[in-house]
Amino acid sequence: MRLFIWLAQRLPLREWYQRHLSHYYVPKNLNIWYLFGALATLLLINQLITGIWLTFGYSPTLSGAFDSVVHYVRDVPSGWLIRELHAAGASMLFAVLYLHLFRGLLYGSYQRPRELVWLLGMGLFLVLMIEAFCGYVLPWGNMSYWAAQVIMDLPTAIPGIGDDLANWLRGGESISQVTLSRLFALHVIGIPLVIAFLTLLHLTGVRHVGANNPEGIEIKKHLSPDGTPLDGIPFHPYYTIRDLLGVGVFLLVFVGIVFFFPTGGGLILEPANAIPANPLQTPAHIAPAWYLTPFYAMLRAVPDKLGGVITMAAGLALPFLLPWLDRSKVKSMRYKGRASSFMLAVMVISFIGLGILGLTPVDHAVLPFIGNQLLAQILTALYLLYFLLMPLYTKFEACREPPDRIGGAQ
Amino acid sequence: MCSDSDPDTRLSRRRLLIHTVEALSIIGLAGASIPLLRACSPQGVAVKKNAPLKQDLSALDVGQMITLNWQGKPVFVIRRSDAMLKTLAPNANQLRDPLSVESKQPDYAKNIYRARDPHILVVVGVCTHLSCTPSYRPDQAGDLGPDWRGGFFCPCHGSRFDLAGRVFQGSPAPTNLTVPPYQLVGNILTLGEPNPGEHT
Repeated sequence: MRLFIWLAQRLPLREWYQRHLSHYYVPKNLNIWYLFGALATLLLINQLITGIWLTFGYSPTLSGAFDSVVHYVRDVPSGWLIRELHAAGASMLFAVLYLHLFRGLLYGSYQRPRELVWLLGMGLFLVLMIEAFCGYVLPWGNMSYWAAQVIMDLPTAIPGIGDDLANWLRGGESISQVTLSRLFALHVIGIPLVIAFLTLLHLTGVRHVGANNPEGIEIKKHLSPDGTPLDGIPFHPYYTIRDLLGVGVFLLVFVGIVFFFPTGGGLILEPANAIPANPLQTPAHIAPAWYLTPFYAMLRAVPDKLGGVITMAAGLALPFLLPWLDRSKVKSMRYKGRASSFMLAVMVISFIGLGILGLTPVDHAVLPFIGNQLLAQILTALYLLYFLLMPLYTKFEACREPPDRIGGAQ
Repeated sequence: MCSDSDPDTRLSRRRLLIHTVEALSIIGLAGASIPLLRACSPQGVAVKKNAPLKQDLSALDVGQMITLNWQGKPVFVIRRSDAMLKTLAPNANQLRDPLSVESKQPDYAKNIYRARDPHILVVVGVCTHLSCTPSYRPDQAGDLGPDWRGGFFCPCHGSRFDLAGRVFQGSPAPTNLTVPPYQLVGNILTLGEPNPGEHT
């Protein structure tokens, strides 16, 4: 206790505790969709710890990378577990983030005053994709090599400066030791620092403007005489306890995958990546990690180099603009009109469909009556139309009036 | 003491100083970033551009392909049969660049066979889309559809090329596969630029 007093006189411990936990008021009606932010944080910590341990055994050299990973997994005690936690953790992180993003779409969490929270979150998502790509290359299997080859060739689609830009990024005409060293440095120190910083801003922003809720009603409009929101409850202990339960259930699923489905049917660890990098032979069936396949399918849908890259970039960029595309007076899908619900459903189905197409080799038809290329083009168009038509259907559809208070009272 | 003690003068002088410091800081930061950007410039792995690679093709059967490692890139060499050469002409109206106007090849390979000797095809096995290695699919009418007359298929994004490495319309690849400089004397293939003065 004396130690705590000594510390509290020198650090704002009590203020920090009150501001972020005991006096941070959160809407009382948050549901299970509000769990995934906490799970994403948990998984980031998992990636950080297991990542440091993997770095202990990793050799970032063309001749040593593949063998060092094999050695770590096979010979180092518990090395297999640490690698699996890192690989499966990356997959789970993206699964959780997609659910977290969907929550934002469902309840309009990107709308005023949370535009910046949304932008920071989307920025985090993009940076995490780059981080995942860098990490995917490091084991230097044949999928790693060809992923690096294709992704770092994307800038060549830009007319004029494209070739020089790609050479500058790779540090040479082709994927080499220079490239591997760069991706290693970015993966273990450069990008993690950016992720930590953006996460801090994202959380600070949420705490400043307050969490949205499934009703999409601002709880700050109705305050009790002591200045706290009438429809809010303190984050601690109410939501910390609930999040702990969620974490427990999630960990059961997570370790279940780690112990019983470590390869995830080829989605977490790919068989083709058990072969060392071969610059002369692309794997016959090549696809990116499952969480990137929807965007890969958009790239592949367009039979034109520049057009494909632009389409994929649009698919990644349009979600950033949601706060300004949505013209609706209400936030939550509970009060928006039918057009919004319909378009959201169409977008989600298209996105999942694109993900499946991206995992399938181009020459294997997914549906018997329609070619993969045409199907991918239709789904890409539907995905993009969800965003491009949003200013129209959110403006003209009939919305219901949300109640003034959560629960509809008074 | 200060001769011009007029508060307005002092304030404007203070403002000028602040702006000067701001401008210099920005210039300083921009300058400091130059070595960081320069350190990322491409470090060419010393590739001897003229290093030739010789290969005896006498063991290459009709229809067979070998892959040579030339300057770190795969180079496909195929001995095409007469039947294979006959598939080239009918492809013409389905190709993006049938006459290889936009594509890269030495002048002696700028013909419909894209070769010095029509029976020997030499192409760099790097897809012009995003640099994957296409697979050699000489089989006709297999899983690539009933119209497939043989050629190359890129597993990454599905670009299709005919048996002369010419890209089909509807593929994401913009140009035909590149033909490297090479000499062919009898069955001896030499990859690389000819030595100065040597007859091409």
